Amino acid sequence: MWKWLHPYAKTENAYQLCLTLQPWLWVGALACLLIGSVWGLAFAPQDYQQGDSFRIIYIHVPSAILSMSTYVAMAVAALVGMVWQWRTAYMAMIAMAPVGAVMTFIALFTGAAWGKPMWGAWWVWDARLTSELILLFLYIGVIALYGTFEDKQQGGKAAGIMALVGVINVPIIHYSVEWWNTLHQGATISKFDNPSIAPEMLWPLLVNLLGFALFIAAVTTVRLRNEIIVREMHRPWVVKLAQKGEK
Amino acid sequence: MQFESFSSFLAMGGYAFYVWMSFAVTFGAMLLLAVGSYRQHKVLLKSVVAEQARQSRIKRARAKTADISPE
Repeated sequence: MWKWLHPYAKTENAYQLCLTLQPWLWVGALACLLIGSVWGLAFAPQDYQQGDSFRIIYIHVPSAILSMSTYVAMAVAALVGMVWQWRTAYMAMIAMAPVGAVMTFIALFTGAAWGKPMWGAWWVWDARLTSELILLFLYIGVIALYGTFEDKQQGGKAAGIMALVGVINVPIIHYSVEWWNTLHQGATISKFDNPSIAPEMLWPLLVNLLGFALFIAAVTTVRLRNEIIVREMHRPWVVKLAQKGEK
Repeated sequence: MQFESFSSFLAMGGYAFYVWMSFAVTFGAMLLLAVGSYRQHKVLLKSVVAEQARQSRIKRARAKTADISPE
């Protein structure tokens, strides 16, 4: 069932796959982000309570959801690397870490800029906000741990274990609004049977969610190629590639 | 369009500062990440070529010293 995946354990194949996917991911990401943001900013109706400040939702919710999904993807890559001894999986893991960290930063920043006018405070030590902040520290921890190793093979394993242990934080973030009495509001769109948001407001949000996801995938392909070059510096195919100048 | 004029669109119902700051920082951060990744790619390719040149210089130098001191 997973046989089609095996050739991509070879770094050269993974590199080529990234190159093939990349332009499509960029085009899709830019199109979705443009449509979703313009739609959300200018055409979606006002919120009856929050007025126009609610429009921050169109970047806050996608970045927050995907900051968690990226973490899970990173941990899955680490698990694959551990179980099947795929070096390429560790490279994918470390390629995703900075992208996820940026998403977490965006979620926290836009949350603060939304919290100030609505709650009257940039930051409160609420369960949802605190657990999301811990997610940022986990990302930074994985990146920093990997960076301390001279031997990237060892570094990948160590950072992979850290990424796996940190997965425990993801359900905590998700359920924090139910388990604790938080200032942060409950889930809006993850209740698929009965989303508590009007469809005119929901559609641009879904488009932007897709846009953010494609953006993450696009940057990951670039960063994975970079990681492969670093780790395979002395391979003939990398040398040939570098001497050819570009691509 | 939800807004009557462009200026009311910019005003965001009084929340202009928060809304526009959020969008600016978000897309600014994403742009930096993307540009940084591509820049890193260029630097890496250059360093691969430089490393290769260094290796071949070392090889040539070794071959030369071997020529000079045959005894």
